[in-house]
Amino acid sequence: MPFMTYAEASRAAIAEEMRRDPAVWAVGEDLGRGGVFGQYKGLVEEFGPERVSDAPISEACIMGAAVGAAMMGTRPIVEMRFSDFALCAVDELVNQAAKARYMFGGQTRVPLVVREPIGMWRSSAAQHSQSLEAWYAHIPGLVVVCPSTPADNKGLLKSAIRCDDPVVYMEHKNLWGLEGEVPEDDDFTVPIGEARVVREGGDLTIVSWSAQVHVCVKAAEALATRGIKAEVIDLRSLWPWDKARVLASVEKTGRLLIAQESVSVAGFGAEVAATVAERLHKALKAPVKRLGAPRAPISYAPPLEDAARVSKEMIVNTAEGLVRT
Amino acid sequence: MWRIRAFEELALRGLHEKLVLGAIHPSIGQEAVAAGVCPNLDRHDVLLSTHRGHGHTLAKGADPLAMMRELFGRAGGNCGGKGGSMHIADFGVGMLGANGVVAANIVIAAGAAHAVKLKRESKVVCCIFGDGAINRGPFLEGLNWAKVFGLPVLFVCEDNGFAATTRTRAMTAGEGPSARARSLGIAAEEVDGNDVLAVDAAARQAIAALRDGGGPRFLHLHTYRLTGHTGADPAAYRPKEEVEARWKDDPISRAAALLEAAGHPTASLAEARNAAYAEMIAAYEAARETPFPPVDQAFADVQDVGDPRAEAF
Repeated sequence: MPFMTYAEASRAAIAEEMRRDPAVWAVGEDLGRGGVFGQYKGLVEEFGPERVSDAPISEACIMGAAVGAAMMGTRPIVEMRFSDFALCAVDELVNQAAKARYMFGGQTRVPLVVREPIGMWRSSAAQHSQSLEAWYAHIPGLVVVCPSTPADNKGLLKSAIRCDDPVVYMEHKNLWGLEGEVPEDDDFTVPIGEARVVREGGDLTIVSWSAQVHVCVKAAEALATRGIKAEVIDLRSLWPWDKARVLASVEKTGRLLIAQESVSVAGFGAEVAATVAERLHKALKAPVKRLGAPRAPISYAPPLEDAARVSKEMIVNTAEGLVRT
Repeated sequence: MWRIRAFEELALRGLHEKLVLGAIHPSIGQEAVAAGVCPNLDRHDVLLSTHRGHGHTLAKGADPLAMMRELFGRAGGNCGGKGGSMHIADFGVGMLGANGVVAANIVIAAGAAHAVKLKRESKVVCCIFGDGAINRGPFLEGLNWAKVFGLPVLFVCEDNGFAATTRTRAMTAGEGPSARARSLGIAAEEVDGNDVLAVDAAARQAIAALRDGGGPRFLHLHTYRLTGHTGADPAAYRPKEEVEARWKDDPISRAAALLEAAGHPTASLAEARNAAYAEMIAAYEAARETPFPPVDQAFADVQDVGDPRAEAF
């Protein structure tokens, strides 16, 4: 199996799907030069500037045009550069893309994928660092995907492109260069809605998604040296999310820790915690715990930026506290 | 125009009789826009409309019974009773939706035309919006997009003078819709929107230019909203004299006078009017007798992946 980066895996997914289906096209700012993170590099050379289209800095029109083009039988991949910028196109995504099928009584579908990179990345400060995945998980009609590995970034992006629903596809900016094994097979896809058990363990369940998964794995390794076996679950998608997998794990371990990079208040971790508390409170040996960012903007200065991160040490200490109670 | 007038008068009756359940936005007095523009579109051409879209939808060929059912929230409405007046759509006749958000249809229209170009189809896209829409960002973004990509969109600004209940002029800088379109290099024409023949001629010419691949066109049609913003708005913010004067400019009366002057028999005009009312009264009565949609439809057509019927309870 070849090694490739998270960015290369996404490029491979788009190239394969564009070869497979002539209705697929991509549109966004700077795509003709490979995209702001190089995640479209080489695609315009193969597919031409109509199918890998540049766009004006008009987020509302990029998203709105994709809605119209999707209703007319094409399958647009929409690039928003940063999830922060996609806020300029929230009407088009939330009021239009997410609602069209329902409010028109099933007369149409809006099969688009909007790529909205999330997360803290090299002193990017308050308007280029946010993780807003929970916003979209709240909106009926939308699918929300947060891949954490190169293989998942290929398999989930391919599933997202084939999906007939609007998909908010949130890659993490800090993962673009992450390398991993990625299946070459054109038919390789990862189904949306199935979590991945990254590491098995019987003492507690750690649920996470996106780049935070990798911090959780490091924490689980440290916990193992202290005799604590943590099961790490990567949700991979927030809507739908794999309730069955999480509930089965917590039933086994009796302890749940949720770790997220995003703001903890009203974050998706709250949904996971509430679901487990509602259904499994008798199986719980300790209170459910959440770790996430404080409800504050992200800073530019590295020590201040780091203050908002959920670190390996925080996860280890919290997990130990849960197991030792 | 009589069919549109009759449909909306009956819709207003439905509002008073509590058959129409939510807000409706009548276009009484603006019928020449729909009647002048839409018949110049083929069935496979695409139309996007506004919250004030009954006339456009009818003129594009939608069935008035299905529309009345939609306004009453009944089964068999265009949208299964799930959209109502503000989301009326009939994809079968190329009517891709009224829209509850001002100017939102402009960027969607640009995208629909973008798909036409990508698929090398011969369709054109017509996007009708009000004068209030020109002060929202999507107006600039959508017009710029259509021009940059050379897309076959006819932008129609249906200027009734009011942005909801505020006079648009008071809230609009510069020379208005046409000047803004021209500043982007889009050919724009201003027309008396209550003169159905003038609207028809302008629309026909603009649509022919679109079919020749000349990129987007813009029509600015001056009209007047003879009723309030919604069916429940008495429009007391306008002097009575102003509205009375405007009734003398009613596009239907003007068209009838033209026909009579051209020797059209008065009796046949009355016949057309009566036929329109009979058609809409029949739609009204049939819609009233139609049941509401089954409750399981509340959670249908949300999404396939993560369907709420499987996931959200």
